[in-house]
Amino acid sequence: MRDVIAAFILLNAVVLIVTYLTYVERKFAARMQSRIGPYRVGRPHGWLQPIADAIKLLIKEDIIPALADRPVYNLAPIVFLIPSLLIFATIPFAPGLGLADLNIGILFFLAVSSLEIVGLFMAGWGSNNKYALLSVMRAVNQIISYEVPFVLTALIPVVLAGSLQLSAIVEAQRGLWFVAYPVIGQLAFVAFIVATIASENRVPFDILEAESELVAGFRVEYSGMKFALIQLAEYTHMFGVSCLGTLLFLGGWLGPGSAHPGWGAVWFLLKALFIFLLVTWVRWSFVRIRVDQILGLSWKVLLPATLILLMATGFWVAWSSGHVA
Amino acid sequence: MPDLEARKVIELGYGGSERLVMNMGPQHPSAHGVFRMILTLEGETIAAMDSVIGYLHRCHEKLGETLTYAQYPSIASKTDYVAAMTSELAYVLAAENIGKIEVPKRAQHLRVLVAELQRIASHCLWLGTWCLDMGGALGGGATVFLYCFRERENVLDLFESLTGARLLYGFHQVGGTRYDLPEGWAQRCRDTMTVIDRRLDEYEDMLETNTAFQVRSQGVGVVSRELAQEVGIAGPLLRGSGVDFDIRRDDPYSSYGDFDFRIPVETAGDCYARYRVRMQEFRESSKIVRQVLDGLPEGPISSKPALKSVGQVRIPKGEGYARVEGPRGEVGCYLIADGGPKPYRMKWRGASFSNLAILPHIVPGHKVADVVAIMGSVDPVFGEVDR
Repeated sequence: MRDVIAAFILLNAVVLIVTYLTYVERKFAARMQSRIGPYRVGRPHGWLQPIADAIKLLIKEDIIPALADRPVYNLAPIVFLIPSLLIFATIPFAPGLGLADLNIGILFFLAVSSLEIVGLFMAGWGSNNKYALLSVMRAVNQIISYEVPFVLTALIPVVLAGSLQLSAIVEAQRGLWFVAYPVIGQLAFVAFIVATIASENRVPFDILEAESELVAGFRVEYSGMKFALIQLAEYTHMFGVSCLGTLLFLGGWLGPGSAHPGWGAVWFLLKALFIFLLVTWVRWSFVRIRVDQILGLSWKVLLPATLILLMATGFWVAWSSGHVA
Repeated sequence: MPDLEARKVIELGYGGSERLVMNMGPQHPSAHGVFRMILTLEGETIAAMDSVIGYLHRCHEKLGETLTYAQYPSIASKTDYVAAMTSELAYVLAAENIGKIEVPKRAQHLRVLVAELQRIASHCLWLGTWCLDMGGALGGGATVFLYCFRERENVLDLFESLTGARLLYGFHQVGGTRYDLPEGWAQRCRDTMTVIDRRLDEYEDMLETNTAFQVRSQGVGVVSRELAQEVGIAGPLLRGSGVDFDIRRDDPYSSYGDFDFRIPVETAGDCYARYRVRMQEFRESSKIVRQVLDGLPEGPISSKPALKSVGQVRIPKGEGYARVEGPRGEVGCYLIADGGPKPYRMKWRGASFSNLAILPHIVPGHKVADVVAIMGSVDPVFGEVDR
């Protein structure tokens, strides 16, 4: 029973945070573009805007295309959302503040988050729309290509910490955050951010949404609450990956006063927000690159680079622990 | 001469695959208005392209027969609504050619001034929408778009205080211009030019060092010199393909000969070359605007009395053609006058219309994502294509 309540609280907290991440992003983007951003709904600074958007989407008409594959079309947003929410089950926000600190935490995270592609493909296929079909063709290409370097970069902290457990990885950073490790740490962090942007499908890798070519890609036929679910899933996934980056590279909850779980969680959220804003910053300053260029970047640059980096990390760890003479 | 027929459908050696026919437009975020492209795809690659226009046809040329020489300039601006001053100018120049009407020097210089300001405003819109096409409304493209609109806004403010309108002006009239510069306008205009020159440096810093921008525009949509001349494209597209032709210099009108400016030419012929041409044109335009403001002659702004009634201007019997260099290329107006207050026939030569004809030649073989990049670099305005 206790676990159910905890899961309920976590679920709602995550959804609330994610809802407000959209607001943060809109304000942040507005600043970059010399605009003000949402301002009208709620004082000060339109803080009720995400709530208003949610209500608007809830009460909108739900349109199902006549030729859609109905079960697939209707299930897709849910299948898309569930993995994004599930990844939070294993994330420790602070010592003792998390649902399940699995000893294979990072493996669980990577495995579940890559399930997302199923929901995405269902959405594109079920819509029976050519734009959506092209979009999911690109999606499968891109996500499979970037899953590999993404996993490889995520393995670098695992090698450094010697554990798959996320809390153990954080504890291993007590002396020095992994991002501060000379050379390896910074390169791995950059590679992680690139792979993150690609796995989140954001500009410059947002070829599946690509609203100037494919209108809205796989979600072109979705409206109302189903659209909201897809949107929520994307932002939840984004937040989840930001949390992962925080755990792997930025020392998780570590910071002044982090012995207390409350402060630890604050530090954790601030760091996750930092990664989120970093990705947002990239998003609003680049143009989208083409599908063949994206695949080329993944297989020709990112994959060899992360492989070499992983090997170098392995050698370094083995050497420093005295296994290699 | 390139084999134009052979380029329409290219064989990609993609054995056994199904082709997908996809409609892009007329309702599409990157249609730049209402343009329909019927794309035949093999995977992501375009095998053939067909274009359908006419969704914005408003019988402009017939309309021209029913409106007087005093009325029509305000309507002429609705052909190319992004560069309204250009089409107004073409119309009044054609009427003046028939009637051999003298235009005072001050009015000629004012026409150059607004034409160049219009070019700046129009190119701002082009840069913004092009980046929007490549980068998306939810990405870096939107950032450039909003920056460009900030600058365009400044120019539109200038137009507003000059003519009272922000988009469709009615500034020109047969024999001169309708309005003179208001008090303090020249200084505001100079300040705006200073701001725009500075912002142009920012754009170039932002875009030309950006790898994503380069890989999307370089080597994409290459128009060879021969193809450019064969199809008859004009303006920045033509100059991006290495053809050094600009009506302002080669067939000067409205005392363009008085000013010192350079015609930028690039030879690569790709989207990036067209971008470079337009970025340099920005600077040349602001240079011309400064020269006009520095040496603006005193005197009347029109050789005709101020307009009081719609039938006031009469043009003697005859035929005349005038062409001007608009932001998108050659804009021509052909008039047949019968001595009355209205033309007997009129015909527009729209730059966007002939530029659009290049698309089926260069689009096949590219990816879907490149279509919008090419489309944006062609910069069509559908008011001018369909008229």
